[in-house]
Amino acid sequence: MGIRAISRRAACVLVVALLSCGVPSQDAPSGGNSTVTIAGSTSVMPFSEKLAEHFKIEQPRITVDVQAGGSSAGIQACINKTVDIGMSSRDLKGDELVLRAITICHDGIALIVHPRNPLKDISLEKIRDIYSGRIKNWKELGWKDRNIDCVTREEGSGTRGAFEELVMGKTEIHDSIMVQDSNGSVREVVATDPYAIGYISLGVVDSRVRALSVGGVAATRKNIQAKKYGIVRPFLYLTSGEPSASARLFIDFVLSKEGQRILKKEGLIPVNE
Amino acid sequence: MRINPRYIDKIMRGSLTAQALFTVGILVLIVVVIFIKGFSHVSMEFIFSNPEDMGRLGGIFPSIAGTIFLGLLSIAFATPLGVGTAIFLTEYTRESFFTRIIRFGVESLAGIPSIIYGLFGFIFFVIKLKMGWSLLSGTLTVAIMVLPTIIRTSEEAIKAVPNNLKMVSFSLGATKWETVTRVILPSAAPGVLTGIMLSIGRAVSETAAVIFTMGSSLRLPTSIMDSGRTMAVHFYILAREGISMEKAYATALVLVCSILVINIVAYYLMNRMIARYS
Amino acid sequence: MNKKFIDKENIIKFVLALFALSSLLFLFVIFVFILSEGLPLFYKAGVTNIVFGMKWAPTKASFGIFPMIISSFMVTFGALVVGAPLALACATYLSEYAGRKMKIFLKPSLELLAGIPSVVYGFLGVVYIVPIIREHLGGAGFSILSTSLVLGIMILPTITSISFDALMSVPAAYREGSLAMGATKWQTIYRVVLPAARSGILASFILGMGRAVGETMAVIMVAGNALKIPTSLLDPLRTLTSNIALELAYATGDHRRALFSTGVVLLVIIMSLNLVANFWVKARVSK
Repeated sequence: MGIRAISRRAACVLVVALLSCGVPSQDAPSGGNSTVTIAGSTSVMPFSEKLAEHFKIEQPRITVDVQAGGSSAGIQACINKTVDIGMSSRDLKGDELVLRAITICHDGIALIVHPRNPLKDISLEKIRDIYSGRIKNWKELGWKDRNIDCVTREEGSGTRGAFEELVMGKTEIHDSIMVQDSNGSVREVVATDPYAIGYISLGVVDSRVRALSVGGVAATRKNIQAKKYGIVRPFLYLTSGEPSASARLFIDFVLSKEGQRILKKEGLIPVNE
Repeated sequence: MRINPRYIDKIMRGSLTAQALFTVGILVLIVVVIFIKGFSHVSMEFIFSNPEDMGRLGGIFPSIAGTIFLGLLSIAFATPLGVGTAIFLTEYTRESFFTRIIRFGVESLAGIPSIIYGLFGFIFFVIKLKMGWSLLSGTLTVAIMVLPTIIRTSEEAIKAVPNNLKMVSFSLGATKWETVTRVILPSAAPGVLTGIMLSIGRAVSETAAVIFTMGSSLRLPTSIMDSGRTMAVHFYILAREGISMEKAYATALVLVCSILVINIVAYYLMNRMIARYS
Repeated sequence: MNKKFIDKENIIKFVLALFALSSLLFLFVIFVFILSEGLPLFYKAGVTNIVFGMKWAPTKASFGIFPMIISSFMVTFGALVVGAPLALACATYLSEYAGRKMKIFLKPSLELLAGIPSVVYGFLGVVYIVPIIREHLGGAGFSILSTSLVLGIMILPTITSISFDALMSVPAAYREGSLAMGATKWQTIYRVVLPAARSGILASFILGMGRAVGETMAVIMVAGNALKIPTSLLDPLRTLTSNIALELAYATGDHRRALFSTGVVLLVIIMSLNLVANFWVKARVSK
């Protein structure tokens, strides 16, 4: 038998072997490992990852597999039952309401600038003016004569949706504004460009950028809980009907004191307080 | 003649040399920068441990595994198809309308940009065929992507096999298929392997098509339906989100080194093939 | 000899023919799928509205991709401006001036370097090129300029390699004849060799363009992704490819179909480029 035939058989065997170990083990209750798949919003994802890391310590047999994809994709995947839990950083609407939504925490949206930027506070109206293109230069806000490098998220992003709803209202975000496709990349742009401004999840703010206070109210967890800082949206875990046993365990963990403590440490606002 | 042509000749020679050095220099500089910035962060631990804190700490073992799995599996799918096509086109038919159409198909596949493969793979494999973000979706997509390369290089390799070898085989009473498997393919093997290696290199460095089909899970993929990252995807995410510059450079270094090694092996094989027949 | 129609050889031939047809099958599936998802929106919203529309707001039923078509062309052209002269010079040096040892060393090295992933180019572009543009030239740094530079560098190996092949295939007799008539080396190159290799060189440019137009990840990292048509070299822009990649994960319904429509337009552009390349080469060769 020629080399070709042998190697072809080997390839077939390899493929079959891989396929057969590829039956995902959903919910083998006792004596087996199971996987919980969770996908959706890129805003929620890093926190789900963190929770999954800690959850693994408590329940080593359950692997939580976290994917990105975006709020809308996560919602779709949940409806199609291709994942156990969907993540969303915006409220459900329309026919998405068939899903069960569990609020795991709240998240503020912070307006961020570079640490070198002298601006400390901004009004909602000024934010609208910047993002609608009416104010284009930092000198109109009391700084240098330099164009404002404004950054927004992409269309379809949960964070952008929340920003448009809570801040922009009827005003549209202008065409000339740069777009990045995740919280991290917006933060990255603002952290490296002194003349940039953007909005990200409050839980993603770190020492390389500064969150502006809006209308005199600082973007802190306290102010959000006191309902003083209004740019807030819920982080949702979505399930299609009853979640599987492992998924239920994970959700319970997230809602437990331990899970909420982890979220709080990350800068999010726990549900129970 | 206003300016002495010999003078121009000297100037142009210098200019061209400078530009050539500049061109090669830029590309070498890229590799050097990656090397310098990444070297101190690459270690045995980095290669073999899991990422922590979204990749800020820890290593990239799952990504390396994901890369290897994707590379090998997509080759496993594409090679039989590709080599079979090449054999068919060279040995089993004459040039005709039929073969021209097939070549058209191959050339067209080669020309499709990777984001279209990503778009197609995402909606077709991941969503419509319900494979989800998985090694399988990624493999199928990447396999189609590298198919043209394997077909092209295999064809070249098979065509380069001297005719007398084939004639001798036939004169000894071998059938066509026996000739193909026992004479032609073994001779063409280095060239075919070159194509395979180049395709692995392509699969490994692809990002757009992979991120939308294989997903971006940080877990080690243990089955074909698992999602995972390749090094290229992991690097992209680290870099884009500003998670960790050091880890980004380190990942880039491992990635670039792997690709360089793969390409060097491919060249070695190709030279062996050339040496055999010249 | 064997008179049976269905025997082992014929079965093998049949199977191999199926394998060969698989390429066509995949192409067919991909095309049909992309067209079936992308064309309906052209009917629904109107081809002119999409291709010539100026506003991209897919969640509000506005699918204009004209700014992105323009931007794609701009950076592709920019990439050629940056990369083609350099690459051609490099190829010329390699083929006409470099010794055998240099050739053997440099050509594979170039192709090795061609294997560097595009995300690495994009990353280095963000870390080094964008800040420099921002500090010294103004704007946000994410611009036509940065994108053209990054893409130009990316297509250097492609253009160099193919132009080199084209130049090397010019017969030695051409050069010898020219030199025998007293021309200098440069005159020979300029007036004899380059024109003779013209079709191959042009083909390399077109292939370089094809690579630039189809590039996604590096562009997302350095272009800024703003929707407006850029009016200066320092303005941010969004290409057709970036548009698909940025919003694919989040898009549903008509939004997603609009991304397929973007894909259709992209495919049309690239297929046209490839066809032009093929025809041009064939037309020149037959002259």
